[in-house]
Amino acid sequence: MSILNKILTAFRGGAREVGEAIVDANGTRIFEQEIHDSREHLKKAKHDLTDVMAKQMQTTREVNRLKESVSEHEGYATQALNKGDESLALEIAEKIASLDVDLSQQDSALTTYSGHVERLKELVRKTERQIKDYERQLSMVKTTESVQKATAAITDNFAGSNSKLLGAKESLERIQKKQQDFDDRLKAAEQLQDETVDKSLEEKMQAAGIGETKDTAASILERLKKK
Amino acid sequence: MNTQDIAIRFSELNSYQGFSFDCQLIPGDTEVLQIVVSDYEEIPVYISITETQILCISYLWSEDEVVQDKRGAMMELMLEINIPMPLSSFSKIGDKYVIFGALMANSSFEDVVHEVITLAENSVEAISAMTDYLK
Repeated sequence: MSILNKILTAFRGGAREVGEAIVDANGTRIFEQEIHDSREHLKKAKHDLTDVMAKQMQTTREVNRLKESVSEHEGYATQALNKGDESLALEIAEKIASLDVDLSQQDSALTTYSGHVERLKELVRKTERQIKDYERQLSMVKTTESVQKATAAITDNFAGSNSKLLGAKESLERIQKKQQDFDDRLKAAEQLQDETVDKSLEEKMQAAGIGETKDTAASILERLKKK
Repeated sequence: MNTQDIAIRFSELNSYQGFSFDCQLIPGDTEVLQIVVSDYEEIPVYISITETQILCISYLWSEDEVVQDKRGAMMELMLEINIPMPLSSFSKIGDKYVIFGALMANSSFEDVVHEVITLAENSVEAISAMTDYLK
């Protein structure tokens, strides 16, 4: 059964009570043990893989060396035959035969190692995918539990502090009222600013002698002088 | 980042985009951080951290606030507005309907702050969209 199904079953089966474990602690531990074991397998598989790959490289080098040696000795044998030295040619041919035996042994070893490398690489891939899958599932269980525990902590906190969780509508009304208050204040501030702008315009006009001008001491004195 | 780190960063943060924050650690089996965003004091955001993610949750309303014969229609509407609602999704924990956002465990503090503000704003949007279904 998939882990999500287990969680759903636990919910339906009454574990929806906040704080109740979805998968019992033992189940989680078994899960964690499985992840741990898989990681160990992975480590061993990777170690084996590097060993076999090293052997594969060594054997490849050996096969190449033997092949070169065979062709080299074939050259020597031909030279001996050309010189008419039949017995030397035979001796060289025996050497070639023994090199051939070595070569076929190394060749078959190489095939075995290559097959091994393929299988180990496949094993590493599968194990890595399985660990990821286990971790994802464990994270689902842990998140579900964490969320339930968090909810329990929050509920307890509210119960302990004597404050009450507000209903959604009440919360909404309060928040909207605050926003309304803010808007009202903003509007009032704007109006005040408009008035200030009007006032300063009036002042400027007065300074320029436009519109209704007030008598100043200077203008009174000026008027008196003209009389 | 763990809950303490986030708590310290929030306490140091005077204001962000005109919002101020009040944070409080809630003791319990799992550490939970309560963040109160200015102007949205009634709907706190709760942060809890697991190995894989940072979960930000706000509690919207409980089952007993739902007008029972409109329950199905309400849930359908919640499903429908789930995608249009930026960054947040609806869920249910026990008898409580919630709105939440999940962040990667290695998200930056700025991401968390952004998430918290968005969640507070979305909570108000969501409740005001659903008032017809609530008592």
